[in-house]
Amino acid sequence: MNPRREAWLWMVQRASAAVLAFCVLVHLATMIFAVRGGLSAAEILGRTRGNIAWAAFYGTFVIAVALHAPIGFRAMLGEWFGWRGRSMEMAMILFAALLGALGFRAILGVVS
Amino acid sequence: MSVLQVSVWRGAGDGAYQSYEVPREESQTVLDVVTHIQRHLDATLSYRFACRVGMCGSCAMTVNGVARWTCRTHVSKVAPGGRLEIAPLANLPMVKDLVADMRPFFDKWAAARGSFVPTATRRDPFAAVKPDSPERRAIDTAIECIGCGVCHASCDVVAWRPDYLGPAALNRAYTLVEDSRDGARRERLAAVAGDAGCHACHTHMSCTERCPKQIAPTASIAGLKREVSRALLKGEL
Amino acid sequence: MPRAGLRARNHPAWWAFLVHRVSGLLLALFLPAHFWLLSQALRGEAALDGVLRWTEQPLVKFAEIGLVLLLAAHLTGGVRILMLEFLPWRDWQKTLAALALGLCLACGLAFALAL
Repeated sequence: MNPRREAWLWMVQRASAAVLAFCVLVHLATMIFAVRGGLSAAEILGRTRGNIAWAAFYGTFVIAVALHAPIGFRAMLGEWFGWRGRSMEMAMILFAALLGALGFRAILGVVS
Repeated sequence: MSVLQVSVWRGAGDGAYQSYEVPREESQTVLDVVTHIQRHLDATLSYRFACRVGMCGSCAMTVNGVARWTCRTHVSKVAPGGRLEIAPLANLPMVKDLVADMRPFFDKWAAARGSFVPTATRRDPFAAVKPDSPERRAIDTAIECIGCGVCHASCDVVAWRPDYLGPAALNRAYTLVEDSRDGARRERLAAVAGDAGCHACHTHMSCTERCPKQIAPTASIAGLKREVSRALLKGEL
Repeated sequence: MPRAGLRARNHPAWWAFLVHRVSGLLLALFLPAHFWLLSQALRGEAALDGVLRWTEQPLVKFAEIGLVLLLAAHLTGGVRILMLEFLPWRDWQKTLAALALGLCLACGLAFALAL
């Protein structure tokens, strides 16, 4: 329980939230646009294959989510399930790593 | 109807509700009801009050599940069906019946460094605090807090995290952080930061909803979050 | 032991909190599956098409609308929190909650109509 560390976690949570606000708006707009007339691999990949801009966008998205979600979980786990301390912090770091790894694998899938 | 069905908590942690029938009067407050029970029905009932006119906050209790000042709560407003449920203030240990132990509430006040630390001496000129400065205006409503405990009782984070300092203590700390005369800014910000402090506030705003003096502790706590962030970035925390 | 219960919690800001936390929880649980599905493209375009075809089922489409609502709810609720914490305090906080809800539903509707 270190107030400085927890204050930093809060700041990272809010900063990643601001980044995600932008990313999610773009993502929602993209989905609403793309889902017209059904989804197809060709349509998705046609947009993302070899596209550095999309790669950069989704890369930022994944990093922001990998930071934002575990920190949010941390508060909920402590308050609603009484899970605090080292084991919970370790689990959250693992969760962040999982989201990051799976996220970048997905980006690789649609960009390469 | 002419009679109220009143359920009152008796005992302490392992107590139970007891029922009483109280005659209905015009302009009756919940404090009137409790007083009637103690004077005419059951002299063993323990409860707190002082001013009876909505200034001291001593009569705060849980009325039909909601923390209120009983002297300022009209029966007609909260019990249109003639049923009342009265319990001690939540999130505090029970002493007896409707009396809660306020010590943890004030312990948190101290833990948040909610006391002024002077920097001037009698030889210095008067401190000049401009009434329209942003810092002074930010705490204009916050300084009206009389420590009644209603916000603390209404806060779910206090219920979920017993070590959470709570809205009143944090609100008080904020008024001092914004006080240009105070000399303990660094220690105070360190005291209010973290999971037991301002960062645990999730803006439920139950405190703001329930405060009988229309203070918004959520606003003060948001102010503390910003001040702590500023200090953190400057390496002052 | 007397407890506060729902009677003390029945106000807009509290519901906004609950929606925000529950939507965040559900989205966080959904994400690994979402990433896995997209990574099927690593096995080739046909593999991704195969998974997309699975999502054509009406029940999945219905769940997708739910997910979009969750995402929009979490976004609008989150922006509301950022405004409460970083902007000067205003007394129309309740309006913010209503605004967030409205925008969220509008988004969900737009998605549902596009389907």
